[in-house]
Amino acid sequence: MSKTLHLTIDDRPVRVSPGTTIWQAARDHGIDIPVLCHDPKMTPVGVCRMCVVDIGTRVLAAACVRECEDGMVVRTRSPRVEQQRRVLLEWLLADHPVPCEREKTTGDCELEFLARQFGIVKSSCDAVASRQNGAARIDSSSRVIAVDHQACILCDRCIRACDEIQCNEVIGRMGRGTFTRIAFDLNDPMGKSTCVSCGECAAACPTGALTHKPITLPLVPESQTQAIDSVCPYCGVGCALTYHVFNNTIIRAEGRDNPGSEGRLCVKGRYGWDYALHHQRLTKPLIRRPEFYPKGPLSRAVKETGPSKPGGIVDYDEVLPAFREASWDEALDLVAANLLRIKKEHGPGALAGFGSAKCSNEEAYLFQKLIRAALGTNNVDHCTRLCHASSVAALLECIGSGAVTDVFGHIRHAEVALITGSNTTANHPVAATFFKQAAKRGTKLIVVDPRRPAIADFATWYCRIKPGSDVAFYNAIMHVLIYEGLIDEEYIQNHTENFTELRAVVEKYAPEYVSPLCGIEAPTIREIARTIGRSKSMMIFWGMGISQHTHGTDNARCLIALCLLTGNIGRLGTGLHPLRGQNNVQGASDAGLIPMVYPDYQPVGSEAVRQKFEAAWKAPLDPKPGLTVVEIMAAALRGDIRGMLMMGENPFLSDPNVNKVRQALARLDFLAVQDIFLTETAEFADVILPASSFLEKTGTYTNTDRRVQIGRKVLDPPGDARLDWQILCDLSHRLGYPMHYDSPEEIFAEFADLTTNYRGLNYDNLGATGKVWPCPKPMTSDGTLVLFGEGFPTPTGKGKFVPCEVAPADELPDDDFPFILNTGRILEHWHTGTMTRRASILNDLKPGPFAEAHPDDLARLGIRSGEPVTVRSRRGSIRLPVLASDSVTRGSIFIPFHFREAAANVLTNDALDPFGKIPEFKFCAVKMER
Amino acid sequence: MSVLSEDMKQRILSYLPRYPSKQAVTLPALHIVQDELRYVPLEAIREIADLLDLSPAEVHDTLTFYRFFRTDEKNKLGRTRLWVCQGLACQLRGCDATLARLCNTLKIKPGQTTADGKITVEAAECIGVCEGAPAVLINDEARPNVAEEKVEQLIAELTQ
Ligand code: SF4
Ligand code: SF4
Ligand code: SF4
Ligand code: FES
Ligand code: FES
Repeated sequence: MSKTLHLTIDDRPVRVSPGTTIWQAARDHGIDIPVLCHDPKMTPVGVCRMCVVDIGTRVLAAACVRECEDGMVVRTRSPRVEQQRRVLLEWLLADHPVPCEREKTTGDCELEFLARQFGIVKSSCDAVASRQNGAARIDSSSRVIAVDHQACILCDRCIRACDEIQCNEVIGRMGRGTFTRIAFDLNDPMGKSTCVSCGECAAACPTGALTHKPITLPLVPESQTQAIDSVCPYCGVGCALTYHVFNNTIIRAEGRDNPGSEGRLCVKGRYGWDYALHHQRLTKPLIRRPEFYPKGPLSRAVKETGPSKPGGIVDYDEVLPAFREASWDEALDLVAANLLRIKKEHGPGALAGFGSAKCSNEEAYLFQKLIRAALGTNNVDHCTRLCHASSVAALLECIGSGAVTDVFGHIRHAEVALITGSNTTANHPVAATFFKQAAKRGTKLIVVDPRRPAIADFATWYCRIKPGSDVAFYNAIMHVLIYEGLIDEEYIQNHTENFTELRAVVEKYAPEYVSPLCGIEAPTIREIARTIGRSKSMMIFWGMGISQHTHGTDNARCLIALCLLTGNIGRLGTGLHPLRGQNNVQGASDAGLIPMVYPDYQPVGSEAVRQKFEAAWKAPLDPKPGLTVVEIMAAALRGDIRGMLMMGENPFLSDPNVNKVRQALARLDFLAVQDIFLTETAEFADVILPASSFLEKTGTYTNTDRRVQIGRKVLDPPGDARLDWQILCDLSHRLGYPMHYDSPEEIFAEFADLTTNYRGLNYDNLGATGKVWPCPKPMTSDGTLVLFGEGFPTPTGKGKFVPCEVAPADELPDDDFPFILNTGRILEHWHTGTMTRRASILNDLKPGPFAEAHPDDLARLGIRSGEPVTVRSRRGSIRLPVLASDSVTRGSIFIPFHFREAAANVLTNDALDPFGKIPEFKFCAVKMER
Repeated sequence: MSVLSEDMKQRILSYLPRYPSKQAVTLPALHIVQDELRYVPLEAIREIADLLDLSPAEVHDTLTFYRFFRTDEKNKLGRTRLWVCQGLACQLRGCDATLARLCNTLKIKPGQTTADGKITVEAAECIGVCEGAPAVLINDEARPNVAEEKVEQLIAELTQ
């Protein structure tokens, strides 16, 4: 039994539980002990001795590491203590440049602050003796962080921030004595080291040794900035942050504590926000000039889709002349008139809308309401189709809900975690930090991926399965589990159905049979299966590598079956977590940007549901489910879809097979595009409406954990750009369906009321850290982190096994096209790059396209790393430099899809997964030539 | 191509069971590499880090803390590393003369290596053979009573 310890701190009686440090105990009782090396987020190391206190012993004790003892008498402010702190500060200050870079910019050097408190004055002209032993004092090689070794006090905070929080393990100390300093990797310049520019070390550093370089205006102290709490606009991790605004410009972003991201950020969140200030923002509504009909591509790059100008963003000079500026009234009248005309001539089914997973819940809700109620069609979709639709299809089929069953941070409670088809460190960097941390603390990671992801460095097993052999591999795992009796019989009995069918199918998938199919040794398969079977808890995380296949739904079904089979669902540290890509994929789907369901997945096809929404929206609704993204494009090509509205979506780059997309867009009678920049899609538009960026509006966003968070307005929209929800309301009026709202809050209230999962949530109770839906008691709880402890929202309440057989990919490599092409993302960029390629830092870090291939393949073809090559598929070709990389399997090529000058989707296959209707981005046959 | 030979790797790994953590094998590993290659190439640091599940920065940290290791190929150790003790007892019994004679004869300064790569001379703190002062260490074997006049004989022995 842990007893309570009684002690006194500065004569105040204090009670703490054993293991509490003196510093913590004092802080809990409102007594402040100064620190330099300590940060409560990190393991205490006690290296600076600033926090010394008198506990009656011969030497003073370091409060940050010393644990409380029963009967202890602690003095935090005795003359002896003060004297020691003063001497320490004088020593540290002796070779610290005053003012240091931190003091000069954000004004918060902790050393100089304490020195002032202790009345120690050092004039800025006092020369400092170099401690650098001949090595350079300044390292400015990093794009984001300035290093001044002379200001360093060797507190080790940066080392722990990099090792313990971000788990990047870049920084160490080197040397000893006076000449000790921090070093990146093997004392490389920071910008040349393995540093991934997350900025955690600079955020942790108490002095001017590591400081953020300015991105827009020079940095100023917090007292002069306006601090606005928001969330990161990029990925589904949805990190909480605070923007510091000065002169209507963001000057920096800082991680903010929240139960999901715990104050961490990656390079995109911390340094990638200046896209909103880019001079190419659209500021006036634009109407296509009559001489630019019939419509076709405008820029050379889009016309040719061959070798093209680098730069990666639409060439405004080539596109803008085709448009003239217009007033909002004129532009919106034109949009409304055309949509109404097409509706009248061809029926509502000839219209369609693409929303975006980047828009807020409120915007997504309004957009689908406009398409459904004002235009009268369910042809509304967004890019979820391009990432997780197959996962969601499988989840809905098997367990009745597409949501994650547990939050990513709970990996710390899992004994085993399977991470598959996800390059987590690049695509969900902050979630990856939790994975790496868990691995260091004992969670066994099983990483399964044909292309070796960096997270494999932390894995107990890394399985490089052959591309497309997922089903075989997981069937083999399940085979072993079943035949070695490692399944959870009781769970299967009580909570699942169809087990016999599963057993019958996996029977033939013995590891020995599967091994040649997937390339993993049979004993390894057995060992992994046993580890899973014997563990008490397992979580499964997956990404596009699982879903973006013609058999993506099958892949996901296998993962779900694996969880059901082992009873790993509904408990802490178990369950299924498809990592969501965009910041609001979850929310956009929740809000109904899906052709077959209304908000909260209420089926369009259900009579009762339809009546409910007809009553709520006071409009007749189409009982037929609508078409999906790729189907809409096909229908446009056939001339069946004639008018489209696109809000923040750029299908030109993100859809498979762009040549087809180009023809489809050109065939449209009428296309209105609402966006913040000219996109490739906008080249085909009749009207372009300048919208507001994430940073200019308030709205809610739902992250991969189902956490609903408020993103707040930080900047004013540029020029005549307007808020998206207001544009939609105005357009709706003109379409004869008036919608009126006074604020995003009011839209959220209407939406939440029509759902079960968001009901009860509002801007007040979402507060600073948001809530995880469902959240029946928002006043007292953070929400429901773990779902399905009590069965599933299926008709029978049970989870269903859906057995799958191996099926070949749609297009296999052959003699003409011998390589397998794999597409994906990289850390620094986002989606089609419209934002990140205009974020100065991110663009500088990764300015152009590249392909990766195995060094052996390059050697065989006589191609040197870095040389330009042509990659060709049956559908098109692109030219770009190729880099040798061990992370790619022999026989495959990886290409990030962010770069329009070498758009990977020129090559990809748009064959669809028959269930999720998701295109096969991850697999197509190509060849590579010099 | 890896810098560590299969044999070096095996010897490093054979230390693992002796210690509570992999990290504890850092020093033995660095010694194994330096003994064989006469310096520790940066690439070897990466490979050691890999073997011991550490970050390269951690291994580099340990390496730079001890002045024992050399990382520059141009400055690598000779076949024999000859430490001449500079401790108090040896001072009293003429180690300065021993060191000076060694250096003069070999035409190098303390810390340097002869052109033929056979001998590196270094000055050491007390090597714990005070009863045999002045003493030297030949790699890791102690040799007592190396007074100035024994220097030529020692060199002859080491350059055979
Ligand atoms: S920026 Fe991030 S990765 Fe780079 S050294 Fe700092 S903490 Fe480590
Ligand atoms: S760079 Fe900053 S955080 Fe790192 S040891 Fe020096 S003072 Fe501490
Ligand atoms: S992990 Fe995702 S949400 Fe978090 S900072 Fe990076 S891009 Fe933004
Ligand atoms: S703060 Fe306690 S020793 Fe540094
Ligand atoms: S002083 Fe030379 S061995 Fe001790």
